[in-house]
Amino acid sequence: MATNIKESRRDFLKIAGTTAGGLLIGFNWFGCDSPKVEVLSTDEVLAQAKNFNAFLSIAPSGDVVIYSPNPELGQNIKTSFPMVVAEELDADWAKVRVLQANLDTEKYDRQLTGGSGAMPHSWERLRKAGAAAKFVLVAAAAETWGVSPEEIAVSEGVITHSASGKSGHFGEFVEKAASISIPDELALKDKKDFKIIGTPVKNVDAKEIYTGKSMYGLDFHREGMKYAMIQRAPFGMKVSKYDDSKARGVTGVSEVVQFGNSIAVVGTSTWPLMKAKKLLEIDYVPDGNVESTADHDRIFQELMSTGKAEVKRKDGNVAKAFQAAAQVVEAEYQCPFLAHSPMEPENFFAHIQGDRCELIGPTQTPDRARQTAAQILGIPPENVSVEITRLGGGFGRRLRADYVEEAVHVAKAIQAPVKIIWNREDELTGGAYRPAVRYKFSAALDENGSMIGYKLKGVGMNAGNTTRENNFPSGAIENVLIESISYDSSITTNAWRAPITNFLAYAEQSFLDEVALAAGKDPVDLRLELYEKAKNNPVGELGYDVDRMIAVTKAAAEKSNWGKNPGVKQGLSVYFSHRSYVAQVADIEMEGGSPTLKRITAVTDCGMVVNPIGANHQVRGGIVDGMGHAMYTNLTFENGVPKQKNYDSYRLIRMKEVPEINTHFLDSGFDPTGLGEPALPPTGGAIANAIFAATGRRLRSQPFIEQKEFSDIKLEIKRA
Amino acid sequence: MATFNLKINGQSKQVDVDEDTPLLWVLRDHLGLVGTKFSCGIAQCGSCTVHIDGTATFSCVTPVSSLEGTEITTIEGLSEKGDHPVQKAWEEIDVAQCGYCQAGQIMQAAAFLKENPSPSMEEIDDAMNRNICRCGTYHKIREAVALASKSN
Ligand code: FES
Ligand code: FES
Repeated sequence: MATNIKESRRDFLKIAGTTAGGLLIGFNWFGCDSPKVEVLSTDEVLAQAKNFNAFLSIAPSGDVVIYSPNPELGQNIKTSFPMVVAEELDADWAKVRVLQANLDTEKYDRQLTGGSGAMPHSWERLRKAGAAAKFVLVAAAAETWGVSPEEIAVSEGVITHSASGKSGHFGEFVEKAASISIPDELALKDKKDFKIIGTPVKNVDAKEIYTGKSMYGLDFHREGMKYAMIQRAPFGMKVSKYDDSKARGVTGVSEVVQFGNSIAVVGTSTWPLMKAKKLLEIDYVPDGNVESTADHDRIFQELMSTGKAEVKRKDGNVAKAFQAAAQVVEAEYQCPFLAHSPMEPENFFAHIQGDRCELIGPTQTPDRARQTAAQILGIPPENVSVEITRLGGGFGRRLRADYVEEAVHVAKAIQAPVKIIWNREDELTGGAYRPAVRYKFSAALDENGSMIGYKLKGVGMNAGNTTRENNFPSGAIENVLIESISYDSSITTNAWRAPITNFLAYAEQSFLDEVALAAGKDPVDLRLELYEKAKNNPVGELGYDVDRMIAVTKAAAEKSNWGKNPGVKQGLSVYFSHRSYVAQVADIEMEGGSPTLKRITAVTDCGMVVNPIGANHQVRGGIVDGMGHAMYTNLTFENGVPKQKNYDSYRLIRMKEVPEINTHFLDSGFDPTGLGEPALPPTGGAIANAIFAATGRRLRSQPFIEQKEFSDIKLEIKRA
Repeated sequence: MATFNLKINGQSKQVDVDEDTPLLWVLRDHLGLVGTKFSCGIAQCGSCTVHIDGTATFSCVTPVSSLEGTEITTIEGLSEKGDHPVQKAWEEIDVAQCGYCQAGQIMQAAAFLKENPSPSMEEIDDAMNRNICRCGTYHKIREAVALASKSN
């Protein structure tokens, strides 16, 4: 029975009996309003509950089903979120099933995101959803038995009243529970009583993945649908004319359509389209800046010396500090563009019927997909449904809706259901890249080797702010100037796993190593000294928790036997991003004249670890990702087109190139924070600093293997 | 267009496609066997790995015309109940992140272990170097292959 429908729209939890006699609770993993609860009928829950995106149902059999609404792209959220709900419910994990809920305008919230922010944001509401279900079940049992709820205990899906010896499983009480209202205040468990959270729980989709079940967008098929592949214009160019006669001649091609500066070949299966696309003869003319990598180098140089910079942070008097300096250290760091390159190339299915549109495919932002389609078609967003498939990786690429847009355009043009498919060449050339960037650092040291001044200037592309001005070492130095310059490039750029920090951390942590060398200090000591200053005499705003920085740094030094083994050359890197703290040490040994990377030790403080398996995955995966791109991957442009078009020239890290990685987690007592990204930023710096320690060669540019420092030596990687 | 008779996962199949059509697209688009994945299309990543007469093969560059008279096995046919020792090891070690590359990894590992049932770690690394995992699950792949091997 609804008490106040209008207000309840913003509510967090709703409860209802199901037609099958079970219990159904609607809630929202991502909602922003403060949790409030209400009792509604099933129909009302389903009809009114547009702000739900998750449901918890308990059947009379005692089976618990959690409908997970969020895009799963390998971050393991489909396993870890339900763990949190099941924990507070005190469910038997063996009886919990997790199902992917399709995003449906009739039932679910429009707001859905992924990324490292999900767990910290949802932690409390997930717990409350589980606690609410437990509350009504316990109350129902108490009523049935005529005892006080306080005397009742719940464990692994069984409700027990030990004084009377009565007990029963969840399912026996669901019917009664559906009529009990949930109080505003819900007691949550003490963390020390957790039984599921903190234990290794395996991927809930494992079986399907390992037997080749259809799960991904590219696997989706519907009878009668068409396929399309698209040729896009080089960046900064537009189509002047084209000849599609040869493409149309390929058997299996049904039509060729143009929208904007894209030309789509459409047909009944993929292979003919791959051939036909190559046969399109298209003339392009400039339509803005047609850029090459050489242009970027020149532009970066000009902007760094004469460009108008935006001041992001200013503490004290930097000019004075540099005048007074006994020693000045300066260095420039730069990085190339990168593609996201998820293993599953972009694809999407669109079907337009009258004023409705159905979308199915891999996206990190279903809401953006919906809005985009609504706009193109001039229909209300409610008329667009989005079904999310499992994502074959994302890394930020699927935050964009450009390929959804394409699917809608083609579906509109051919008036038929269609799935658009990108191939690897499309993915690398039709991009939305991690933009190239350049940083200049300067440090002023006094006669004791203490940093009295620090300057950082970043030049980025389409990046807005290229710095993280309130990150360490800000706060630890009296005189600081941080500036940022952005260049508007015609090349499309986009967030890439750990945006900005994926390169900034490497540059900054390498530069700190240069400062330590100039100051004659051990890199660990230099950092600890700076942390002390930030802790005892903080300058300006601090975006990080100094104690947590100290803890991960000290733990990494200890776990890696820092400086204890003369045969091992080490590099340290410590970074805070996405609310988590990660310190890494890379170990290099010289073998037959070659620096040989043996292991990386990583210490992470991401608050409480929800699932050790998932946490390990994310940290090791982030390190492998950061390492591979820092070492091997480059994307250069010639006249608006990337030169690297597939994995033969766009080099990704492989099995033989990963060293041993030892992961450690510090229990800082904080609630869980992000883990999909924070392990990546520190890796490049740890490796570059270890290479310097072993060879005296400083790498200020990525990818490392293409630098002159590696022209006469080869970095070997051998697992210890 | 021409008609090709194929033996896939023990069953006879007939398809009517151009003779240069790669096996990958025959499987995915014409036979609905979508467990075999597309990623690079140029024999670089291993996502599309299948067995042809027991040998791990990149289906994205294998024309259908070369396959008559061969035995083709895809991830769907590796075992009846998903309980091939390699699949079991993958579950045990909980290898996948996004999972997209894993069918190819499993097919690569299964063919490799058939040929070399007791490999050294170096041999595992060599064999699995043919497949890319963008999520970086390499450590777990290695552990899982070792677990499925007789050296374990
Ligand atoms: S898709 Fe065949 S090897 Fe990459
Ligand atoms: S698990 Fe994602 S590509 Fe391997």
